[in-house]
Amino acid sequence: MGAGPAFWVVGVFLFAGVPLLNLLPDDSLFHVSDFTLNLLGKFFAFAILALGIDLIWGYTGVLSLGHGVFFGLGAYAMGMHLMLGIGTEGVYGNALPDFMVWNQVKELPWFWKPFYSLTFSLAAIVLVPMAAAAIFGFFVFRSRIRGVYFSIITQALALVAWLVFNRNETNLGGTNGLTDFKHIQGFSLNDPATQLVMYMVTILFLGLAYLLCRWITRSRAGRVLIAIRDCEQRVFFSGYSPASYKLFVFVISAGLAGLAGALYVPQVGIITPNQIGVLPSIEMVIWVAVGGRGTLSGAIIGAAGVNYMRSTLTNHFPELWPFFLGGLFIAVVMFFPKGIMGIFKKAYSMLPFGKSKIEKAAVTD
Amino acid sequence: MDEYVPAPSEQTDGRRVIGSRHQRSIIYLDHVTVDFDGFKALNKLNLVVDYRELRVVIGPNGAGKSTLLDVISGKVQPISGRVVFGQATDLIGLRENDIAALGIGRKFQTPSVYTTLPVWDNLDLSLRRKNKGVFATLLSRLNSDESDKIAQTLEVIGLTNKADVLAGQLSHGEKQWLEIGMVLLQDPELLLIDEPVAGMTEQETEKTGELLQSLTHKHSLIVIEHDMEFVRQIAKTVTVLHEGTVLCEGFVEDIQNDPRVIEIYLGRQKEADAPV
Repeated sequence: MGAGPAFWVVGVFLFAGVPLLNLLPDDSLFHVSDFTLNLLGKFFAFAILALGIDLIWGYTGVLSLGHGVFFGLGAYAMGMHLMLGIGTEGVYGNALPDFMVWNQVKELPWFWKPFYSLTFSLAAIVLVPMAAAAIFGFFVFRSRIRGVYFSIITQALALVAWLVFNRNETNLGGTNGLTDFKHIQGFSLNDPATQLVMYMVTILFLGLAYLLCRWITRSRAGRVLIAIRDCEQRVFFSGYSPASYKLFVFVISAGLAGLAGALYVPQVGIITPNQIGVLPSIEMVIWVAVGGRGTLSGAIIGAAGVNYMRSTLTNHFPELWPFFLGGLFIAVVMFFPKGIMGIFKKAYSMLPFGKSKIEKAAVTD
Repeated sequence: MDEYVPAPSEQTDGRRVIGSRHQRSIIYLDHVTVDFDGFKALNKLNLVVDYRELRVVIGPNGAGKSTLLDVISGKVQPISGRVVFGQATDLIGLRENDIAALGIGRKFQTPSVYTTLPVWDNLDLSLRRKNKGVFATLLSRLNSDESDKIAQTLEVIGLTNKADVLAGQLSHGEKQWLEIGMVLLQDPELLLIDEPVAGMTEQETEKTGELLQSLTHKHSLIVIEHDMEFVRQIAKTVTVLHEGTVLCEGFVEDIQNDPRVIEIYLGRQKEADAPV
């Protein structure tokens, strides 16, 4: 499960280097502000989700347009725990979350109660999305629903989740979602030090997620995934059950999406249905397409890069972002089907020493 | 499933022995009917292929040749009839991967290989292994025995020096051989081969014929083919399908002179050639 030197260099830089730059004086050229650090934490949480989408789409060729749902399940699980952590510090001074008081809910709904426990919440973050993906995937893959039909069904799933989470009766905060979190395990979420730790935790999990995905894709099972993408029929007739492999990778990617959601919530401070519906689910796919599907580093670069562009662009021209994102997607589909990583590899292969290495690397990564 | 091992006397004798015929069959289709929305692609078809036989199936378009392979390999379920593999294994209702695991390999008409994986990995994935479940495959490592088998197969299909090439970069003929190699590594008792020489050059066709014939030492084969010259090269026994049933069956020379066969092939030819 060893990874190359590039992994460790980049990993150590992100994990320790960037926080050190944060300690530099404010007027230093290399200073990383608290604000930037917080943004990076968000981007790299998205990168964990992008790794999962890359597994199911980039490697296995199964396009899921419903990963926002799994992201949302993880995010809401974390959000519920943080919500209960507010205690009586809310606007109404009630032990119930503010939105419940507003909606005249008298008693904490049963499914909220276990989220007082940190252990339960942390387990739920990955296990709930994985269980949802397992149930959904079992029926869909067993019925051999594939290609565009699978994409449409997952998109419908995202729409259903959006509708359900939007309802006040669901008791998850309706349109406004969950917000106003105060602290996590006693540490104030407004404290830059807490955010710094959240950033480092995110990088740590990103590293672990990368190693997990790398291990899967480099194993023989990883080659079966690519084989399913290339020629599913032959996989069947070679004695494998493609449905089991798809289910496995779908469940893993849902777990990664849930983890990403849980890391996102304390750093951004809010989760609403609009962050988990149809549109964000499509955006997530675009991150991977831009970065380069079928390469793990591409998924990370795509997620971080597109979100960086988003936050820069929406600062200056908020109304242009959707057009820019659409244009970017069209450009990738038409001119750079292998994304940023494809451009890198092509550039590298044009160098005199690069050629032979690339051909082999193209297969495994 | 226990492998059927024929008595030594049977092994040397290529022809069937009347009376013990069912004992020697590798695949036995009994009154199999496949219905596609009212169109009977197979109509009460009966077919017996002997152990270690190379059987060629011919017939005009729409005769049901590919459907026959679909039924045996589990891609299509018949509405009635029995399909028995070996001595007593009923294939009806089994899924493709289960049937493959029993020892039936299939080579498709258009080359079905994993284009973005190297030739070696294509073969490695096809290798017969006890457990092809997700977790076993996640943890399995190539052992020397397996790598020997892959190397041997590379030699048989003549792709030894292309082991590291991506399958998508092979020529059409090479892809066809690679797929045959992939099927061979499943170590199937029965190989189903659909139009192996379609689109091949004359040289490639001849090489493929030699390859298929050499396989009868270790495997039973059902080959579907259009190219009559190729059929003459490889076939002893030929089955002619017509409108979903067996029209006739026999030695290749007899079949070629059978008036019914000439009728369905040449009759159509005349119609097609006749000035309108």
